[in-house]
Amino acid sequence: MSQNIKKSVADIPEDTIVVEVQGHSNFLVTVGNTGHQFMLELKDNKTITGIKCPGCKKVYVPPRSHCPTCFVKMTEWVKLSGKGTLDTYTVVRYKEQYMPKEPPYAYGVIKLDGADTGIVHMIGGVDLNKIKVGMKMEPVFKEQREGSILDIEYFKPV
Amino acid sequence: MARRVGIVAVAQTKFEEKPGVHIGELLYQASRDVMKQTGLEFKDDGTGIDCTVASGYDMMSGPGGAYMFLGYIVGAWQREDERVIEDGSMAVYYGAAQILSGHADVALVVGYSKETQIDKNLIECLSLDQIYQRRIGLDFVSSAALQAMRYTTKYGITPEQLAKVVVKARKNAKNNPYAYCCDSLSVQDVLRSTMLCDPIRVQEAKPTPVDGACALILANEEKAKKLTKKPVWITGVSSCYDHHELGYRDLADCDSLVTAASKAYKMAGITNPFKEFDVAEISEHYSYQEPLWYEGLGLCGKGQGGKLIDSGKTQMGGELPVNPSGGVLSGIPHCLAGMHSVVECALQLRGEAGDRQVKGAKKALAHGVDGPAGQLHCVITLEN
Repeated sequence: MSQNIKKSVADIPEDTIVVEVQGHSNFLVTVGNTGHQFMLELKDNKTITGIKCPGCKKVYVPPRSHCPTCFVKMTEWVKLSGKGTLDTYTVVRYKEQYMPKEPPYAYGVIKLDGADTGIVHMIGGVDLNKIKVGMKMEPVFKEQREGSILDIEYFKPV
Repeated sequence: MARRVGIVAVAQTKFEEKPGVHIGELLYQASRDVMKQTGLEFKDDGTGIDCTVASGYDMMSGPGGAYMFLGYIVGAWQREDERVIEDGSMAVYYGAAQILSGHADVALVVGYSKETQIDKNLIECLSLDQIYQRRIGLDFVSSAALQAMRYTTKYGITPEQLAKVVVKARKNAKNNPYAYCCDSLSVQDVLRSTMLCDPIRVQEAKPTPVDGACALILANEEKAKKLTKKPVWITGVSSCYDHHELGYRDLADCDSLVTAASKAYKMAGITNPFKEFDVAEISEHYSYQEPLWYEGLGLCGKGQGGKLIDSGKTQMGGELPVNPSGGVLSGIPHCLAGMHSVVECALQLRGEAGDRQVKGAKKALAHGVDGPAGQLHCVITLEN
């Protein structure tokens, strides 16, 4: 484990009286109507969809219910090929319990063709030392899908 | 600004791992310090402190706790007592706004962070978007790394330039008795340190865990002049949020910082920040942030942050020393960094910054940041 994320709880002197505080609440967060439609397309059709603003005409992915710039409701769905360009990436080399896979693994921001924004996801199917900004990418979907952003397993170079 | 808000006293604790110290004890130390400096107590008749503003992230202190820690510690119970969850600079902003609005004449602003009792990365992951980002395990480190890669790639910022930021921070921290971490790192030491999250190396990330607290007393102009011979005036303040979705922004440009800075500068009448400021305290949680924030703050042009580092102009003795305290890279806790920037700038403008003093400093720039990859920025300009 790296120096940056050492857990100092273990460093507390033995004679210090501590109270262990646990998070007792779990949360069930609804994805909302817009998120629902997006997730269904991932699950049923292995398709990434964007949503278009009637005002500025920007296509957002992942989609949201209204345009952050124009503050108007967005309802026009745009089917995307899923292919795009790698805008930036990183390789995670430290380990945390909430991570979906064993490090090292990579994240990237992929600017999808036909969309005006990038989507953050994992990068796979490539030697981690050979990832380059500007690479053409495409999604790899899981066999078993449940309606989640993790239905996309990762993006790989085309 | 229509009227002026004065900082009449500032305090900070030593920044270090304090596993056996309760948050209340940390807060008491910093709060009592500024109350002793001014002789002020809490009063209901307009002759003392009217209200408190506290910054601190509940989740960062062990889930919950928002209603417990401050009131009884500093004597603020049965009084107006506000909470700001973001970076501590926002609490200073809020305190100043309370005074400018006339709701209070004198405000106590405090901030704390106790990283030793939490899992910082987990809490930061939990503060991201639940539907898209948290599910893939993103946190503030990986978000910052995505920004660092984008910024360095777009503008050709070199690893050596970023390593120099760390070397400068740790060297400056040697002059700061409150700093957590000071050493004689070389550029090669930084570049040889373990890769944490490409392109960020372990030595290029804020040391953690660190605990500490800061406090300030703010007052309206009339009272500030009575309370101290050396008031420090808040001349401009502004903040700006960007979208939390990283892909909705160009991470190589910090648009929200540009907006916050330009508004604060307009209030203060600052037109050439690099020339006009004598000292700056900028919150750099990672090495790449210092040159990128330079650009957002208008201290240099877009993509020129690396060259400004190379020029040495932001070192001690340069035209605009940045982070004489050692800054966040020498170990200031999350949520407290921006308030610490204001405290350090106030000490500089009072001529009380000891071995890290920038001689004759008249105008100072304080900056705070929070959220993934610099989502929220707060800029505060100060004069003596």
